[in-house]
Amino acid sequence: MPSESALELARLQFGFTVSFHILFPAITIGLASYLAVLEGLWLWKKNPVYRELYHFWAGIFAVNFAMGVVSGLVMAYEFGTNWARFSAFAGGITGPLLAYEVLTAFFLEAGFLGVALFGWNKVGPGLHFFATLMVALGTLISTTWILASNSWMQTPQGYAIVNGRVVPVDWLKVIFNPSFPFRLAHMTIAAYLATALFVGASGAWHLLKGRDTPATRKMLSMALWMVLLVAPIQIMVGDAHGLNTLEHQPAKIAAIEGHWENVPGQPLPLLVFGIPDMQAEKTRFAVEVPRLGSIILTHSLRGTIPGLKEFPAADRPNSTILFWSFRVMAGLGMLMLMLGLWALLLRWRRSLYESRFFLRFVILMGPTGLIAMLAGWFTTEIGRQPWVVYGVLRTSDAVSFHTTLALSVSLLIFVVMYFAVFGTGISYMIRLVAQGPREEIGHPSTVEAGQTLRPARPLSAAPDDVNPIGQGS
Amino acid sequence: MGIDLPLLWALIIGFGLMMYVIMDGFDLGIGILSPFIARREDRDLMVNTVAPVWDGNETWLVLGGAAMLAAFPLAYSVLLTALYLPIITMLAGLIWRGVAFEFRFKADDAHKPFWDKAFAWGSYIAAFSQGVALGTFINGFTVVNGSYSGGGLDWLTPFSLFTGAGVLVAYAMLGATWLVMKTEGLLQATMRQLARRTVLLLLAVIAVVSLWTPANHPEVAARWFSFPNLLFFAPVPLLVAVAAAWIFVALGRGRQVSPFLLTLVLLFLGYSGLAISLWPNIIPPGISIWAAASPPQSMGFALVGALLIIPFILAYTAWSYYVFRGKVRAGEGYH
Repeated sequence: MPSESALELARLQFGFTVSFHILFPAITIGLASYLAVLEGLWLWKKNPVYRELYHFWAGIFAVNFAMGVVSGLVMAYEFGTNWARFSAFAGGITGPLLAYEVLTAFFLEAGFLGVALFGWNKVGPGLHFFATLMVALGTLISTTWILASNSWMQTPQGYAIVNGRVVPVDWLKVIFNPSFPFRLAHMTIAAYLATALFVGASGAWHLLKGRDTPATRKMLSMALWMVLLVAPIQIMVGDAHGLNTLEHQPAKIAAIEGHWENVPGQPLPLLVFGIPDMQAEKTRFAVEVPRLGSIILTHSLRGTIPGLKEFPAADRPNSTILFWSFRVMAGLGMLMLMLGLWALLLRWRRSLYESRFFLRFVILMGPTGLIAMLAGWFTTEIGRQPWVVYGVLRTSDAVSFHTTLALSVSLLIFVVMYFAVFGTGISYMIRLVAQGPREEIGHPSTVEAGQTLRPARPLSAAPDDVNPIGQGS
Repeated sequence: MGIDLPLLWALIIGFGLMMYVIMDGFDLGIGILSPFIARREDRDLMVNTVAPVWDGNETWLVLGGAAMLAAFPLAYSVLLTALYLPIITMLAGLIWRGVAFEFRFKADDAHKPFWDKAFAWGSYIAAFSQGVALGTFINGFTVVNGSYSGGGLDWLTPFSLFTGAGVLVAYAMLGATWLVMKTEGLLQATMRQLARRTVLLLLAVIAVVSLWTPANHPEVAARWFSFPNLLFFAPVPLLVAVAAAWIFVALGRGRQVSPFLLTLVLLFLGYSGLAISLWPNIIPPGISIWAAASPPQSMGFALVGALLIIPFILAYTAWSYYVFRGKVRAGEGYH
């Protein structure tokens, strides 16, 4: 058996690499749809500001996409390096789903990304718009495959266990497992929100710097409409997702709430603060709001949920982490809701683009979409523990047999590499954002200036005069 | 069911792996050769010859990983566990190489040397790790109850270190002949020189691996040297010798394209020699593709997508190579 610390190191390593990876696809999903909207508006209204924004964000999209591909390469192998017994056991189901994801991404890159990034002046506007739409659709199909696989691990069905491994019996049941629709909706909207907050912060930054152009105003305005519209939807979807989790994984919800046992006849309070103690089986320093737990979790005044003590100690997820990761996510979600409403108020007062205090707040909110998304993933993944396939295979039975030394060395390699490589990549993206959209006169495209009439790689769509490291442009 | 799904998937993955080795092989080869080229303009030109295609080449590796998990989960889990550190260093090398590739175009003059070095190092580490993995694969794995039961450093053998160096040589050869095809003038002449030396080295590598493998593994020796197999397989080493000699002559005569194509033939022969030695085992020495296969429902489901999309990818790949055919000249960078 691998030691306890080897298991923790394997989890830490996988968590680290997958957390880094997810940031890029999330922005890819959001920006792809944003680009499709921008191009649609450009074709419809012929306002050049939409074309300008399209070309500006296409460059950033390209860098982000490239980093998603590079960090995704690691993911394709890490299931085997770190979770060999999971792969051997469940590869019959997660393998084909992952293969479809890769094929979709491959198809997308091969077929339409080149046209979308480099074809503005080479193909007709209709065909170009079609390519952009296909890129957006492709990112959503990729999301669907990955979330089908992840949701199956959370709420497995449609399988049989034959000779000690999983055999798919009904693919429709496997894919459309009980938590899949909620998770897919929650994640897609999270990607849209994260992107809107990122785009909004970019617009606010330029406005604060005194670059008050129609493009920066449009960027900010579109992003804040999106936040206003989507943040409440996300809260409702999150609520539905929570009820679904309560039905299928009640221990996860009990851990999120730091709820150990029911007091007979008492409704459930909501803990707004507390430090759950797994050893002592209680939540210390609890600050409660009476009845609110019943209202939120059971949509009734007196309803209760199972407490953690109803589950064997070996089957409980870590409440200390979940309690807080969930509250970070939900708290940031409330701030997003507030941001959208505040923006609406300022629009009504016609000072959306002038209030420096508000613009600073928009910048501060820039990374919160990604932070909330990570916190949400921590909640659902750590909340699945101690299982890797819920109720079927324990994480401790899934891990590969490695020494702590091998795992420590590889973790060190990953940490150093990821911060160096993706740190450079992210700082490059921020420099591109800081450069701002360029006004276009006539019908040039910034993407193609100085390029030959040949397709190229995604990163070629980013301008060359911005330095990845060092002094900048 | 009349279709032998494991066989079909083994062919698909085998084909994908070969595509990867050939195509990322010359990309990595350019990284391996770059420290030997002093002028930065020449290095830029070398990198420019693969700029439009390198990232597509690497995607075969991602597809290979996912297809392996879908079709042969047991092999995926055993091989990746046994090859843990070489796989990690390979991935690290590939990431490093890929990012350096892009950023050496974008960086200013002060930072270019840094990314140049990163590009070379990443290529060396990735290629060497792949070679070590290959040697370990040939050596075989110990499996108990469906899990790898060997140690974390079992991959570290004289043989696997030798195959690590061997893959460096093979990729350098691919890179050099690719550049003979894609460049002109002084750089081409340098590459021709390098290729003439490298082909001899490569021939030596192939010879050593071909002798070392049967010496280490009686079951492989039995397969090659029994009658009548010997008759069927004898053409392989013969063809290797012919191809190598032909490359040497073609380089001497100033041929542009044939050295690269013949290097591909040489590698294909090496690949088929390997297949003869190990077939039908996907986890040498004893677990076959049928024993390691995923359930038919899994293989069949994934096959639909693979058969729909892989032809499209191949067509696109062929098209992009067609678009970028011909010589690459300085100042004509399509990065």
